[in-house]
Amino acid sequence: MEVNTIMKNNAILAVEAYGLVKTFGNNKAVDGVSLSIPAGSICGILGPNGAGKTTTINMLATLSKPDAGNIKIFGYDVLHETQIVRQLIGLTGQFASIDEDLTALENLMIFGRLYGYSRKDSKRKANELLEEFGLSDVASRALSKFSGGMRRRLDLAVSLIHQPPLIFLDEPTTGLDPRTRTQMWQSIRNLVKGGSTVLLTTQYLDEADQLADNIVVIDKGRVVANDTPDGLKRSVGSSSLHLTVKDTDNTANAAQIIERILDAKVHLAEASELIVPIENTDKLTDVLTKLKDAGIKLSGVNILQPTLDEVFFALTGEGSKDKKDNKEENLND
Amino acid sequence: MTNTTIIPAAERKLKNRIGVGTTIRNSCTLAYRALLKMFKSPEILVDFVVLPIMFTLLFTFLFGGAISGNIPNCLPIVIPGVLLMSSFTNCTTAGSKLREDVDKGTTSRFKSMPIARIAPLAGSLTADLVRYLIGGITVFTTGYILGYHPEAGIPAVIFSILFIMFVAWCLSWVFAFISLSTKTISTASAIGVVVMFPLVFLSNAFVPTSTMPGWMQYFVLHINPLSSVVIVVRQMLTYGTIGADFRLALFGAFALLCVFIPLTINAYKRKA
Repeated sequence: MEVNTIMKNNAILAVEAYGLVKTFGNNKAVDGVSLSIPAGSICGILGPNGAGKTTTINMLATLSKPDAGNIKIFGYDVLHETQIVRQLIGLTGQFASIDEDLTALENLMIFGRLYGYSRKDSKRKANELLEEFGLSDVASRALSKFSGGMRRRLDLAVSLIHQPPLIFLDEPTTGLDPRTRTQMWQSIRNLVKGGSTVLLTTQYLDEADQLADNIVVIDKGRVVANDTPDGLKRSVGSSSLHLTVKDTDNTANAAQIIERILDAKVHLAEASELIVPIENTDKLTDVLTKLKDAGIKLSGVNILQPTLDEVFFALTGEGSKDKKDNKEENLND
Repeated sequence: MTNTTIIPAAERKLKNRIGVGTTIRNSCTLAYRALLKMFKSPEILVDFVVLPIMFTLLFTFLFGGAISGNIPNCLPIVIPGVLLMSSFTNCTTAGSKLREDVDKGTTSRFKSMPIARIAPLAGSLTADLVRYLIGGITVFTTGYILGYHPEAGIPAVIFSILFIMFVAWCLSWVFAFISLSTKTISTASAIGVVVMFPLVFLSNAFVPTSTMPGWMQYFVLHINPLSSVVIVVRQMLTYGTIGADFRLALFGAFALLCVFIPLTINAYKRKA
């Protein structure tokens, strides 16, 4: 029976979007995005701030109408069968959609009632969800006393009350501490075990890597890659080698040597810093020996996991955004 | 969901329409939400109790003598005026909670749900009826303590409160429209005050019209719709009768609804 359901799920697409365009004034926020997500999988939309992630999710979740393109959710057209689509989706946005003044239980029950459950059923479902998200102890406490992580969990719980087969999560872990983040990941994995399809957006490659079956990378409103996490990482190099040369005159020379050994393109971060994808860390010894033989002195060696910036460099040939810019935005979060 | 299996989309019973029953149910749920929030917010005591009592005392003792020579005589004039003023002042803030929902993003979540579009609006504004009711009761209680015993008795008092509640509810759609159309909440409340004060004071709510200059009398008696409302309440409380002004006031209120419900829904859709 369960196998049956899974097979059926695989046969249908939870999301089928083609050629989505959304323009705000002169700014093409989304410019021809196409997506298809098989039921029962997790799809991660990865991109920097302002790439068009939220705009895309808003169109898929019936919040705004695309200027061009079409969307089907489980085969239902978003524009013409909007109310059906709304019964099939749950949305947890970046906004805090829960009420500060009310308790966790009251918040959940109100949404249960809105989805058409009786008082009794709403209460039962609310309590189940509170239990599952570890919020039972604080069920009757006002939300203003909740931590950021608790609010985020409750926000997710709210969008699950009607057990939607498709769940949209817009940056579910932005601003959470590492421990809460891991808890959130576990909750998201559990959703898929129950048979839901999840579409999440994130700015973090490791998050998409941890959770998603398929990653769609978008930049400036366009899809620049659509691949499995492994495939994506292969194109970037699973990790990267960062070398800082002491004397900037040697930079070009060092780059040549490294490119010959690793057979990969070197990216110059600064005049003295070289970044290159490295598949096999054994080759690091070769690199260091050859550089020493050439008389090039180093002031720093680092092996780092790929960052979103590097993914973008590998995919588009340019950084995702000015680094300084990114830092400022993070501060604002 | 570790223990629950999600029902696949293909096996669900789905409707693409939202019926009248669902609309009413959704509105009631959201009215309940607004009430819960209302009773938990600190400003509630001010809106419900302090303001009406303050208005009643202020107008009775400060202006009472000037209006009718002595305090007991002024009460039949002042109380209906204060009743109108306190509920309509509450009315100007009708849209602020809605606006808060829009600004915080709660509205976006509502929009992604299979609920009636009008429900968040209707729910919020309908919950305000409770504010007008408690405000009205406070005004009459304060008046009673000061020695106001309306000739027409309790039924007239109940009628007056219900009538004011209805008119205030109709008027609140106007202010909801304003607060959903302006850039910020503070702009909206500024507009609310600017609109409300001339309407309340340039009426027969507190002073006899005979002392006003001719052009102002014309405005007060023939243009300001609130004058009709005051006349209805005063007539009811004093004589227990309903006159032509009642029909006029009802007609005006319905006209407001017909114009402003669609406008407000439209503004709400644009903002969300």
